[in-house]
Amino acid sequence: MRLFFLSLATFSTFTLPLHAQTGDSIQIVGSSTVYPFVTVVAEEFGNVTDFRTPIVESTGTGGGFKLFCAGIGENYPDVVNASRTIKHSEAEMCAKNGVEKITEIKIGFDGIVLANSKEEERFSLSKSLLFLALAKTIPVEGQLVVNPHKKWSDVDPSLPEIKIEVYGPPTTSGTRDAFVELVMEPSCKDLPAFKEAYPDKKARKKMCHLLREDGRYIEVGENDNLIVQKLRSNPKALGLFGFSFLEQNTDTIQGSLIENKAPNFENISDGSYSVSRSLYVYVKESHIGKTAGLGEFIEMLVSEDAAGEYGYLGEKGLIPLPVDELKSMQERSNTLTQ
Amino acid sequence: MIRLFERRINIAVQRVKKKKSPFIYKSYSKKPKHRWLRKRKAQERRFKRAGMLAILISSLFLTSLAWNVFSGARSAFTEAQIKLSIDFQADLVEKKAYRKIVQNALLDLFPEVNSRKDKKHLFALISRNAPHVLRDSLEKDPTLLGTQQDIWLPASSSTSIFYKKSLTENAKRIGKITVTQVAWITQLTQTKQLRLRFNFSFFTNGDSREAEHAGILVSTIGSLLSILVCVAMAFPLGVATAIYLEEFAPKNWFTDFIEININNLAAVPSIIFGLLGLSIYLNLFGLPRSSSLVGGMVLSLLVLPVIVIATRNALRAVPPSIRNAAAALGATPTQVVFHHTLIYALPGIMTGVILSIARAFGETAPLLMIGMVAFIADVPKTFSDPATTLPVQVYLWANNPELGFVEKTAAAILVLLTFMVLINLLAVYIRRRFEIKW
Repeated sequence: MRLFFLSLATFSTFTLPLHAQTGDSIQIVGSSTVYPFVTVVAEEFGNVTDFRTPIVESTGTGGGFKLFCAGIGENYPDVVNASRTIKHSEAEMCAKNGVEKITEIKIGFDGIVLANSKEEERFSLSKSLLFLALAKTIPVEGQLVVNPHKKWSDVDPSLPEIKIEVYGPPTTSGTRDAFVELVMEPSCKDLPAFKEAYPDKKARKKMCHLLREDGRYIEVGENDNLIVQKLRSNPKALGLFGFSFLEQNTDTIQGSLIENKAPNFENISDGSYSVSRSLYVYVKESHIGKTAGLGEFIEMLVSEDAAGEYGYLGEKGLIPLPVDELKSMQERSNTLTQ
Repeated sequence: MIRLFERRINIAVQRVKKKKSPFIYKSYSKKPKHRWLRKRKAQERRFKRAGMLAILISSLFLTSLAWNVFSGARSAFTEAQIKLSIDFQADLVEKKAYRKIVQNALLDLFPEVNSRKDKKHLFALISRNAPHVLRDSLEKDPTLLGTQQDIWLPASSSTSIFYKKSLTENAKRIGKITVTQVAWITQLTQTKQLRLRFNFSFFTNGDSREAEHAGILVSTIGSLLSILVCVAMAFPLGVATAIYLEEFAPKNWFTDFIEININNLAAVPSIIFGLLGLSIYLNLFGLPRSSSLVGGMVLSLLVLPVIVIATRNALRAVPPSIRNAAAALGATPTQVVFHHTLIYALPGIMTGVILSIARAFGETAPLLMIGMVAFIADVPKTFSDPATTLPVQVYLWANNPELGFVEKTAAAILVLLTFMVLINLLAVYIRRRFEIKW
């Protein structure tokens, strides 16, 4: 009985400070690809400055923009992480809600790799071969047909005679979006058979983005670690994931060459490994000066120590920007704080 | 069954018609003796076997899960440390260049390292957090300034993983570690400058992106705070609702409607409650995002219907004679409930509440929508501070690319399971100790 009233009493004490606000820590939302990098800087920021450690949520790029663009003020995030540039519709939504001045800051690159176990030979692929192996429909002698290839050697005689099996993320994943955009689309959209069948550009693009659903491309979920594990247990298969996961597991897996370039630091950085994308953060300019430490945090994010050629983000698998581009980003962040 | 029975009766009836005893002493069928009986027994056996198989399969799953977690988690409870002779140079301390101090100590130990790449690999032996350890120890004891000290510093998680493995087997490369690093680690092992210690920091640190520094303190506190809010809200509300519905409410279409809704709510997927929390608590009330207050409030929505149902069942189990006796002695309906019925129902209510807390404890989905699935390193001090919970921590670590987080994930799962077992044991204890059998 007493317990009952006691809990009633505690309940009412909880409801009293309802309008207490946090506000004093930086709130970051957005891409799960950028999350592992921004969190490192956030932790360092909390460690070396007197500001509180920023809160970083992993909501995905689209979900991040939704939250970010919802408004200005303490209740809305200060920064959004993105694995692509802001869409026109998102910028409009931002403007509608009063979020007008946004600064885009590029922090580096992320490679997308196709890897297999070190027990097997390293694959050497090209974008067009990947398209022929993984697309749902491909042209055979001018006719669009459901992808008939069963083995890699069916696609090209130079490839090994192994069953086509690729583990990868589902359609909700940004990694997969980037993969179909960077690999499938360019090898598909100008094919005459596709042009003929889908004269409308949008429809063609949609068709080009479809991956096989006959068990050759196997969706394993958003967790890249799981894909790496699958590769260990099934050495014949390939896996599709971000470069940082390859970097952490170089003892057991190797990245396939694409257009004769291996996925490594140098090749992704100078752009010769073509399956890579830029990573961004977007900052609300109106929050600078209001959210404590926001400007300093952005400066730290693009500092030489973090995003530079030998910075600690590199150790986590982020491919650094070219020197002059990083410099312009540093200048941009400097003008933010002034 | 029924058909079998009918047949037997028919046979018995026919026997009576033929003026024979209705009891069958010999089987009428020729080949399989007692065919029906045998069929029934076989059915019985099959059912038994199916049941046993089901138990066997589920226990197999359970043991493999437990084994998986235990074997993975074991190594997370120890950490490797490297002994370095640290020179607290005044000028470097002044510049707060603690990282430089650590790096100098490493270079003193391995003077042959020259190239930039090798240096980078050498520095990767030690935790990125080591400079902060130095800073803290200097703050604790300022007399260290300017002296040379042997200090055990945390090794990086890749060093730690390799060292642990090399103790039991002839390990080759694991993960990121390079051949030169393996050589350095072997040398450090030989000179006894590498040791394993119990990993206290796992319980005293918050989340970190360095696996060797990551701990569960922040998420555990976050879990406790949200559960506190959850209980404080759901317990009084739920019990009051149940008492009213069970003891006072008239039976009409309105209370029936409410009852149906409560039963439905208990079956709603938990992410829906998260969406509700987002639109009401965050957007309408403007409560702080990612806070344990909102987390607890969302979780309380989740457990509220469960508590109402459990409480109603517990109240219903109290025999009406108790109520009648109290009423006969002149107690008002309120007195009957609060002086008698509720007291007897309390053990049942508590069991229901505790079990529903166990459910709330393990939830992640509703917390996703209200921003508690986040990297949060600072310990929450009030209910409005940003916080995460233990299951969220497990989820976040499982997604990290670094190899060191695999064992951390397993260890966090182990802690989570321990909490679950404790909560369930408490429920069992309360039931055994206080339950009244009528």
